[in-house]
Amino acid sequence: MIESNLPALQVVLPLVAAPLCVLLRRGSLAWLVTWSATWATAAISIAILLRVLDAGTISYTFGGWEPPWGIEYRVDIVNAFVLVLVSVIGAIIVPYARRSVGAEIRSEQHYLFWAAYLLCLTGLLGVAITGDAFNVFVFLEISSLATYILIACGQDRRALVASYQYLIMGTIGATFIVIGIGLLYLMTGTLNLADMAQRLSTMPLHRPQLAALAFLTVGISLKLALFPLHLWLPNAYAYAPSVSTAFLSATATKVAVYLLLRFSYSVFGQSHVIENISVEAVILALSVAAIFTASLVAIFQDDVKRMFAYSSVAQIGYITLGISLANQNGLTGGIVHMFNHAVAKGAIFMLLGCVALQIGQPLMAQMAGLAKRMPMTAAGLVVGGLSLIGVPGTVGFISKWYLVVAAIEKGWWWLAALVLISSMLAAIYVWRLIEVCYFREPSPELEAAGEAPLSMLIPAWVLVIGCIYFGLDATMTAGTAASAAQSLLEATR
Amino acid sequence: MRGYLVLRVIAKLLIPFILVFGLYVQFHGDFGPGGGFQAGVIVAAAIIFHALIYGLPRTRLVVPEWVVETLVAAGLLLYIAVGIASMLMGGGFLDYSVLMHDPVHGQHRGILLVELGVGISVAGVMLMIFYMFAGRSRTPDSEK
Amino acid sequence: MNALDLINYWIAMMLLVTGLYIVIARGNLVKKLVGLSIFQTSVYLIYISPSKIIGGTAPIIAPGVELYSNPLPHVLILTAIVVGVATIALGLALVVRIHEAYGTIEEDEIHAQDQDGE
Repeated sequence: MIESNLPALQVVLPLVAAPLCVLLRRGSLAWLVTWSATWATAAISIAILLRVLDAGTISYTFGGWEPPWGIEYRVDIVNAFVLVLVSVIGAIIVPYARRSVGAEIRSEQHYLFWAAYLLCLTGLLGVAITGDAFNVFVFLEISSLATYILIACGQDRRALVASYQYLIMGTIGATFIVIGIGLLYLMTGTLNLADMAQRLSTMPLHRPQLAALAFLTVGISLKLALFPLHLWLPNAYAYAPSVSTAFLSATATKVAVYLLLRFSYSVFGQSHVIENISVEAVILALSVAAIFTASLVAIFQDDVKRMFAYSSVAQIGYITLGISLANQNGLTGGIVHMFNHAVAKGAIFMLLGCVALQIGQPLMAQMAGLAKRMPMTAAGLVVGGLSLIGVPGTVGFISKWYLVVAAIEKGWWWLAALVLISSMLAAIYVWRLIEVCYFREPSPELEAAGEAPLSMLIPAWVLVIGCIYFGLDATMTAGTAASAAQSLLEATR
Repeated sequence: MRGYLVLRVIAKLLIPFILVFGLYVQFHGDFGPGGGFQAGVIVAAAIIFHALIYGLPRTRLVVPEWVVETLVAAGLLLYIAVGIASMLMGGGFLDYSVLMHDPVHGQHRGILLVELGVGISVAGVMLMIFYMFAGRSRTPDSEK
Repeated sequence: MNALDLINYWIAMMLLVTGLYIVIARGNLVKKLVGLSIFQTSVYLIYISPSKIIGGTAPIIAPGVELYSNPLPHVLILTAIVVGVATIALGLALVVRIHEAYGTIEEDEIHAQDQDGE
């Protein structure tokens, strides 16, 4: 019984846990509920991935209504991969979060924070798993509303403004997505994504289809912070509580990237729309612009968290770059970079949370001498930073390798060169941090500080080790990503 | 609000009827227009009406904030519980047909419980929004 | 085709652009939310108006009725309305908190205070 209902349980489990947290009203109990729910969710997602690898696409119908009339959950290898990514990161952060949340959020709000965290996880998993276009919007808004709360919990009053800005831009993005879905529904008469793709493939080109693609692309780009629609991201990540930043940077934008993949490859892949406009050229140009501008801006940031937030914008640029290349290696690079960036950025923001626990949110100057006072934290930051640059032996190398190979396959040497040059920019801002941490005397703030507690260091280091492990042995991640890319490309004409 | 005798008496007379009407809309939802969303808002309106006439502090005595918070969570839990029950009884999530001996009765019971959950949650959320905004004291410099 | 045939779309599009303009042009945080609300409402019209079939009734099977309106968009928009309410409520709650923290809800004044703080 449990096995046949796995796709429903994937979303229902965190959804049940959220109201339980509210009913229990005690921060520590709510944390326990969250802990068990997230780890169970992670286990379910892995079970689903194994089943998909074994037996192919899973379809689950709600309420006994057969698709395309009822709501269908449809898991193929692409979203099984995203589900594992989101739920595993969501689970690893929870044990880490206990101390960090305790220090950064008022104790009477803890249970509400955990409820919001679980709702956010529910929404993200729901977007990834569902096969129904309108359901995508509903889950997207569940996760977004919870995200605004997670960001607004920050101690700094600027967190409120950042959250408000994100609310405005996020809602505009979501509304664009609804318009796009509405136009598609008007044209095809169905909301089921698979059915929609099939009907679009046999339809002649109509202008509303073009409009739908445009609205969807812009709306999703707002959610995934594609340059120049990224303006909400740096402040939101910089002033949110450490736990929220670590969770959101690793998962939220990745799910939006998945939506872009789903719509541009699976839904529109066989239609006449894609042939008539070159979305991929636009996304390619914007991705390159994102990589360079955001990396350059990151170099001049003083607030360490903000610096890595800008770096996130650049890294998302690499992911969308891979998507826009639209060949086997490029798409593999993009998909595997979703995972790789999630692991690296998750680790970095978790370690910055360790620093924040000791001295508050760090400026660059206050990080001086970190290696002497908090050696494990500093070492982890170095590994994470090297992954962002793409040094061989770390996860970042794998994804950049695929991207460069894909660019060369297309004969675009200039693009391969640009990817390599942009890595130099990443090297500059990462080196700034390393130089400050290792070659300066401890700052007055750090003078009395000691190493962060193990309950925070161990989960962070799990991700740090992940950075190295998946950089040396990429058969699992890149292999899955490659078959995901293959299944997406097969669906296009 | 001490002086407005008419308002207070009328409110006292009206509130029970509003609540009953809310219940009617709630449970008549599967035969005619109605359902959890509307009913929840009507019930919440009755309590907000009480707060407008008698003042928020007295309403907080009748319906304390923790009750409201519990309502929000309990409604959602009831909804999901129906889904889980249908899973346990051998159907898919929210497959009402398996809830009773025959599918028609099962559908009836399923939608009734789910809408009840929706109603409870909506009433809770509406009250929560009202409490949150009405309960905040003005900051000194906004009085200027 | 008569231009008036599409009047429902014209109205929806005008509301859409009006809402978006308010969001972008106004510096007052509450007014921005008003604009956002208009923007979202216009989308409800885009969904609802095509689903109404002239002469069609509510989709309840009854003798003598053959033409029904499509109920699905109405249900979808009911959900979207709830999402919209939640968004506006959360936005207003944030504005209240911002007012408590900054003492103003004008975007430029908040920005100026943040610049001073750094």
